[in-house]
Amino acid sequence: MEAFTTVLEGLPLTLWLTFASFAIGAVGAIPLALGLRSRCTPVRMLCRLLVDFVRGVPIIVWLFVLKFGLTFGTFRFTPVQAAILGLGVVSAAYLAEIYRGGLQTVPAGQLEAAQALGLSRSTAFGRIEAPQGFRIVSPSVATYLIGLFKDTAIASTIIAPEMVFQAQSFARQNPDQGLITYGYAGLLYIVLSLPVAYFARRLDRRLREAAH
Amino acid sequence: MSWLNDWVGFLPEMLDGLKISLLVAGVAILAGYPVGLVLGLMVSSAHVVVRTVGLVLVEAGRGAPALVILYIVYYGLPSIGITFESITAACIGLAFSAAAYSSEMFRAGIQSVPRGQLEAADALGLERSSTFRRIVLPQGLRSAVPGLMGVAIQVFQGTSLAYGIAVPELMKTAYNIGSQDFNYLKVFVLAGLVYAGVSVPATWITVYFERRMSRRYA
Repeated sequence: MEAFTTVLEGLPLTLWLTFASFAIGAVGAIPLALGLRSRCTPVRMLCRLLVDFVRGVPIIVWLFVLKFGLTFGTFRFTPVQAAILGLGVVSAAYLAEIYRGGLQTVPAGQLEAAQALGLSRSTAFGRIEAPQGFRIVSPSVATYLIGLFKDTAIASTIIAPEMVFQAQSFARQNPDQGLITYGYAGLLYIVLSLPVAYFARRLDRRLREAAH
Repeated sequence: MSWLNDWVGFLPEMLDGLKISLLVAGVAILAGYPVGLVLGLMVSSAHVVVRTVGLVLVEAGRGAPALVILYIVYYGLPSIGITFESITAACIGLAFSAAAYSSEMFRAGIQSVPRGQLEAADALGLERSSTFRRIVLPQGLRSAVPGLMGVAIQVFQGTSLAYGIAVPELMKTAYNIGSQDFNYLKVFVLAGLVYAGVSVPATWITVYFERRMSRRYA
């Protein structure tokens, strides 16, 4: 039982890492997604390269660069800051790709219709493209959120005291309980993902019904 | 340009690390995909016990973070008397992960084979087993290819987590080089470039295959 409560002590930080980095990613992905759809080829290529590069480097490398690599005089990121920033940057790249995919599925005819009605490009985007795109991407965004929640485990490698870090320190002191301790951590991730998956499905259904 | 000089100096050691990363990824994929195919078939089985066992394994492999799976295999199993070398533990943990993720690709691929094909096979009097082997499997596997390539890239990136169980892969190598003079930035940036140098072209190839596939079925 002690193993379980120790792991649980890391839960608030795990949740904070998830939500803070998701917030950075969800907002940061908007300009990136627009860049990926830009009609200006250099902008589009640059954003494509940036997104692919960020996604091509494993999260642990991002966290190590931010935690151990970057020093400005005496300034260093704390483990939690480095984790939020690193996971935020990676989320922005993944979510940009998800947003782009969603916007792409909005039929071109809708934009032509908006143009024929004399709507400006920004109105057409804000009132017609984005709302439909949002409905399409909401399940993928929820899936990404669950993935991000699990990826926060990597913050334990830069000594952010989240769930896996707590599990590690407990298992080190109680080697005979190693399996059960890590087992609890794994189980907590699985169990805690369930409500997000449930709400995502409900949201998706509601948005679909609202569209009819 | 001093960075470039240092990078050239780091490169031989980094490439040794990359070799271990690729080895671990290769073993995990080669061992994980066949298990993934079996898991995918179990999940779509009509038999309730088989389906439940399949689902539990797949959900465990996809639901728990890969890092936790590695820790369970390397640090956890010894508490019940099962001990692996770190590289073996990394291969086992990532193979399990690869199996769980690929099972979904296999299942989706197999389900994408049109029902009419099965009815046609039935009408031709083919047995169920040969229908599966000669008609469903080849087509299902082909449409699973882009997804499986995506999982392979994910597994390659996942080898960086083996750092946490002291496997001398790319990340661990970078850390060791960096700790000699505490100039971590240089070597971690190089590590990132090496990872991206493998993952990014692989992603582009995957996208190309996806496009080709969707064109064929469109």
